[in-house]
Amino acid sequence: MIAAFLPRPLAASGDRSRPAQLLLLALLVLLLLTSAVSLAVGAADVSPLNVLGAWLSGEEISIRERVILFDIRLPRMLTGLVIGAALAVSGAVLQGLFRNPLADPGLVGISAGAGLGAVSAIVLGSALPATIAAAAGFYLVPIAAFLGGWVTVLCLYRIATRAGQTSVATMLLAGIALAALASAGTGVLVTLADDAQLRDLTFWGLGSLAGASWVKLLSAAPIMLAGLACAPLLTRALNALALGEAAAMHLGISVQRIKALAILSVAASVGAAVAISGGIGFVGIVVPHLLRLAIGPDHRFLLPASALLGATLLLAADIAARTIVAPAELPIGIITALVGGPVFLWILLRKRGLVDV
Amino acid sequence: MRYAIVLAACLAAPLQVAAQERVVVAGSALSEITAALGQTHRLVGRDQTSTYPAEIEALPDLGYLRALSAEGLLSLNPDLILADADAGPPETMDLVASTEIPVVRITADFTAEGVIERIAEVGQALSVDPAPLQAEVQASFDALAEARAAHPPLRAMFILTAQGGQITAAGSDTAAEGILHLAGAQNALQGFSGYRQITDEAITNAAPDVLVMMERTGDHSLEDADLQSHAALSLTPAVRDGRVIRMEGSYLLGFGPRTPDAALQLLHAMWE
Repeated sequence: MIAAFLPRPLAASGDRSRPAQLLLLALLVLLLLTSAVSLAVGAADVSPLNVLGAWLSGEEISIRERVILFDIRLPRMLTGLVIGAALAVSGAVLQGLFRNPLADPGLVGISAGAGLGAVSAIVLGSALPATIAAAAGFYLVPIAAFLGGWVTVLCLYRIATRAGQTSVATMLLAGIALAALASAGTGVLVTLADDAQLRDLTFWGLGSLAGASWVKLLSAAPIMLAGLACAPLLTRALNALALGEAAAMHLGISVQRIKALAILSVAASVGAAVAISGGIGFVGIVVPHLLRLAIGPDHRFLLPASALLGATLLLAADIAARTIVAPAELPIGIITALVGGPVFLWILLRKRGLVDV
Repeated sequence: MRYAIVLAACLAAPLQVAAQERVVVAGSALSEITAALGQTHRLVGRDQTSTYPAEIEALPDLGYLRALSAEGLLSLNPDLILADADAGPPETMDLVASTEIPVVRITADFTAEGVIERIAEVGQALSVDPAPLQAEVQASFDALAEARAAHPPLRAMFILTAQGGQITAAGSDTAAEGILHLAGAQNALQGFSGYRQITDEAITNAAPDVLVMMERTGDHSLEDADLQSHAALSLTPAVRDGRVIRMEGSYLLGFGPRTPDAALQLLHAMWE
């Protein structure tokens, strides 16, 4: 009788590694299914199974089917996969690093910096010397977005680092200031823009995977994958950081190195993601929160699970974006915000005190 | 019987040099020209701006002209795509071109000659003789020129949007300036190209005799009361004399076969 009021043994509530492993497996299966649907579904009536059958039996595949399957759907599916994983893992890493559940690439200025880069390229691109503009071509906007994100993070890191110590609180606050500055710069450029450029800005700002192509994927994916590859190196340190910086140091974590690695890997992932897909919101904040409800805050499971669920959600949102109003398309940012907003509110209501930590 | 038809079709085919029967059109002027050439039955898709004539609205809508989806376009199985110079994005147009579906870009030039040239290009792409339609439209342009000669030029300003009292107006190289010129008016705003937000002082300096706007519902339109209460606009001769003209957007700015009529209607409205 009394036992019911005693705290339950740590092992029972604390060790969630078995359910977490099961969840990882389930998420992997879900991701594979979603990827398959993403290849099979679209505005055009092209079935990958039929094309595969035709290919195996040596029949000729029409150019139309080849282009739709291999030049439109496949690079788009892979792009969605990498971007979804990169955004969700970045969100989880930042939340762990800042020990703040609201941390998100949008908050620390990376997205705003990348946005400023992209807007500059759209509005001022025509003023560039013709040789540079011709060499950069379609990639002018992505390159500028990536540079914008990186420059913002490097500034942030310099501002927050004094005598070899990086203050996480300063970084968070300076991030808000830099985001405001970048938005102001974007605002100035928007007033300079003409009508056609404004329409481009709107479509870019809402985010879309519509521009996905092999060239873009091959140029941006290695950067995002490099960012993702840092995640396993961070798990132990982020777990230790949850106890506070001093405690983490006593556990033998090189806190300063971890901060640098975390923030730079996130900047690389998010800069590259924003560069090819525009500003896709809510994946970085909703996915880690949902997973913490299910498997707890252990980063050994949280980071891989975020990668899997982030990729799955973004692919699902993209499937919706390109089929609901077919043959036209919706910007994917609308879908992620429409789904992400209510889910996030539900998490908040379910788990009061989340933001009062 | 069916074989006879197929046979007849096979025999007829070489005569009509590979006429495409599944045409997607992106650009409102192009769909109007296609319809005026009597080829509406060959259309299988359109962009969001192509809404005239009304029968075209029933076709699948590909979305905004500058944000077309490659798979969306291909899903309609077109064998010809007629695209305005503004159609894009370039990635989409490149992907579609890689499927060997012919994509014909039609030039955009906001003059009477530009409209006649567009009709020729669309006619050629559709393998239809454009001469009768060209002659008809040219006759309307000639009548317009006569009407224009009867009046001294006015100074006009075209207002695109007025969100929150902030006026966005047309500069050079715009369809709006083109239609003002055709209606015998000068653009009161000089020194910038495209559509721009302009300051209140620039409006008073421009001192237009006429204001031209698109007629539409929603928060973009300016009612007469708004014009009177707008500090800068209320000082212009246009508002003082009540010379404010509102016309339907795609009719006014389309630069298709209806353009001479639109310009004539605008001209009459200016001199009412």
